[in-house]
Amino acid sequence: MKILVCISQVPDTSTKIILKDNNTAISSDGVTYIINPYDEWYALIRALELKETGVATDVHLITVGKADVEPIIRKGLALGGDEAIRIDAAPNDAYETANYIAEYAKSVGYDLILCGKESIDYNNGTTGVMIAELLDVDYIGFATSIQIEGNIATVNREIEGGEETDTCNLPVVIACQKGVAEARIPNMRGIMAARTRPLKVVTPTAVAPVASILSYEMPPAKAGIKLVDPDNMDELVELLHSEAKVI
Amino acid sequence: MNTTESVKAIKGGEFLIRETAAESIFIPEEWNEEQLMIAETCTNFLAQNVTPNLNRIDEQEEGLMAHLMEEAGNLGLLGISVPEEYGGFGKDFKTAMLVTEKLGAGHSFSVAFSAHTGIGTLPILYYGNDAQKQKYIPKLASGEWKGAYCLTEPGAGSDANSGKARAKLSADGKYYLITGQKMWITNAGFADIFTVFAKIDNDENLSAFIVEKDFEGLSLNTEEHKMGIKGSSTRQVFFNDCKVPVENLLSERQNGFKIAVNILNLGRIKLGGGTVGASKDVISLAVKYANEREQFGRPISKYGAIRYKLAQQAIRTYASEAAIYRASQNMEEATDMLVESGMDSIKAKLKGTEQYAIEAAIIKVHASETLDYVVDEGVQIYGGMGFSAEAPMDRAYRDSRINRIFEGTNEINRMLTVDMMLKRAMKGELDLMGPAQKVAGELMSIPDFNAGEEDGLFTKEKKYIAGFKKAVLMVAGGAVQKLMAQLGKEQEVLMNLADMLIELYVSESLQLRVEKLVGIKGEEATKEQLDIMRVYISEAAERILKSGKEALNSFAEGDELRMMLMGLRRFTKTEDFNTTQARRNIAAKLIAENKYCF
Repeated sequence: MKILVCISQVPDTSTKIILKDNNTAISSDGVTYIINPYDEWYALIRALELKETGVATDVHLITVGKADVEPIIRKGLALGGDEAIRIDAAPNDAYETANYIAEYAKSVGYDLILCGKESIDYNNGTTGVMIAELLDVDYIGFATSIQIEGNIATVNREIEGGEETDTCNLPVVIACQKGVAEARIPNMRGIMAARTRPLKVVTPTAVAPVASILSYEMPPAKAGIKLVDPDNMDELVELLHSEAKVI
Repeated sequence: MNTTESVKAIKGGEFLIRETAAESIFIPEEWNEEQLMIAETCTNFLAQNVTPNLNRIDEQEEGLMAHLMEEAGNLGLLGISVPEEYGGFGKDFKTAMLVTEKLGAGHSFSVAFSAHTGIGTLPILYYGNDAQKQKYIPKLASGEWKGAYCLTEPGAGSDANSGKARAKLSADGKYYLITGQKMWITNAGFADIFTVFAKIDNDENLSAFIVEKDFEGLSLNTEEHKMGIKGSSTRQVFFNDCKVPVENLLSERQNGFKIAVNILNLGRIKLGGGTVGASKDVISLAVKYANEREQFGRPISKYGAIRYKLAQQAIRTYASEAAIYRASQNMEEATDMLVESGMDSIKAKLKGTEQYAIEAAIIKVHASETLDYVVDEGVQIYGGMGFSAEAPMDRAYRDSRINRIFEGTNEINRMLTVDMMLKRAMKGELDLMGPAQKVAGELMSIPDFNAGEEDGLFTKEKKYIAGFKKAVLMVAGGAVQKLMAQLGKEQEVLMNLADMLIELYVSESLQLRVEKLVGIKGEEATKEQLDIMRVYISEAAERILKSGKEALNSFAEGDELRMMLMGLRRFTKTEDFNTTQARRNIAAKLIAENKYCF
């Protein structure tokens, strides 16, 4: 069984976002990039576990980006991926990304495609579902556990107010979140092996994006917190009415 | 300076009489992708396994430290510099230093780690025969076995060769029977392997033995109660006719002191790396706290008094780091050259390291005193919370203190710095005489006011550093001439000279680091580093002047004293500039990044 894990590069969570070009772009000066945690901690590690337990034979990593994303792919390889593919493009939206990944996936034929439930930069959560649609296979989002037996995937997923268990035939695209696996730290053996594992660069058939960014806006500064004495509910009601204007 | 001279690598101690080209040094801004990944593994290991458990570690919870060492072993962190044939990863010295630096923020864990990978493993790796290495090293590199090192005794600390532990051959000639008492033994509580130093019969010098914890006659005292690094196991180890198979003699009889000294050279520079890692971590905590803590309606990071402290913490740390990686690179290059000339790689490593023993001693002192400054101001920035055991500064403050004591006290290292420099001069390895005489001649001449100098970005600092060298040569030359054989007994003068050498070496390393960085990133992206360099060097000039004055006043008098004092002032003269603004710039960057960021 072959697994494809989609990974994307995102700014480190402690990054201070600075807008540039009249608020139409985000400055990359001084930004440290990491693998999107949902892709790394859950999708990639679960794929590796499936390989370690003999369920899967190959774990491939794929990302869409220019050469500057290679450090994060090699980190994926250091964690244990067998092979990596970089689709050489600078996508403008998730549709473009999904098209490039689907095009490559189709050419190889994977039984299971794993991705994070969303990337922590734009938080769209749409790439996985679009890949499934483009490949015409099933999609399960918000997975909290994944078991594979033969040709059947059994997946727990979070739903509004609870969990449900789905089963479906492979191939399938599954978007992962907390619970699917535990984060790992790359060890020295993996780090040194990462250099020797193949990293293929593929030129995609160009696709036009369907979305464009007009401008960015910083979120408003957090308002201060007001502590209300638990014995003074009248004050709370008054504040919710006159200041917060929610009642 | 002719061309062959300028390309020849700088020898140990030669920084006093030669210039170094910025492009020849290694700076931490040049780490490659793999090294950065290894560094990240260390940082993540601490964040996941060590930092959340610091209280449990300090309470010495049964089995916890040994388990953490095994976890580090699983990640490969215990075998970074161990050759691949013995189960390690054969990484270069700088990479091993980077790992030590990153794990340096791990408090007691970092002590256990450093002791295991340094004094616990290296004596066997460097001096063991193949059978000994095959037997012990792979298990030490994997963390299955933990290592400790028994040198110090109740009556033999800094004077290590005076130990009372004795070994005698058993009647059947199969064992050495060791009897003695060793103290302050790091990792003793959970170590499997001890490298033990003892004199055989009435030998003049120590021999070294590999002792397994289950050998008959070895016993442990209870844990010591310590001021800091409470989670590090520190015990006395008793040997009562402890039966050590003869094949466990390490290296040759009476070679123990040499082993101890050479391993300490490495330990000293490694300690520098670890303390710089700890300093960076404490600065990050201090910056975060200063940004969060509000007083009089504003975060305290808005106040100049706090900004000054943050900037000073960063300045000293950045300077120490420059020296550490410059010397690490020198050691590595010297080792590589010896290997190329046909020397066995381990012998080459020892010789390459030994060549920079002066620099290692300088770094040990500077980096440990930098950490002490950083934690002290860290407590101060935290204010009342700094004194609370609930906040991290309490542990940082207590844990820092040992670094000025172990791996040779800072006083011993200061004396060694001067002693090694003078010995090398006497042996003809370093030509201090010629340059010192030239400086003495310069005292009589009229000062040369900037004649023919081009005005470059580093012109001034290079001139200051050239002056620092003259200051050291003049004071040291005067001390040797006046005190002669008595100099070794004039410890105050030795301390003054060491302080001057330390400031010179660190100032030059810092200047070279910033010069190389400007070459890579450009001046605009290096503004704060330039400020760091300017402030450090201007303060170093004051410190060199003070040490020099103290030394000169103690041994010279009359016209000669007046002339040398005048020379000293000339050699340490720097132009005044707005250091307050420079520190504000440095602090502003730290505050904006909310962490140590240089």
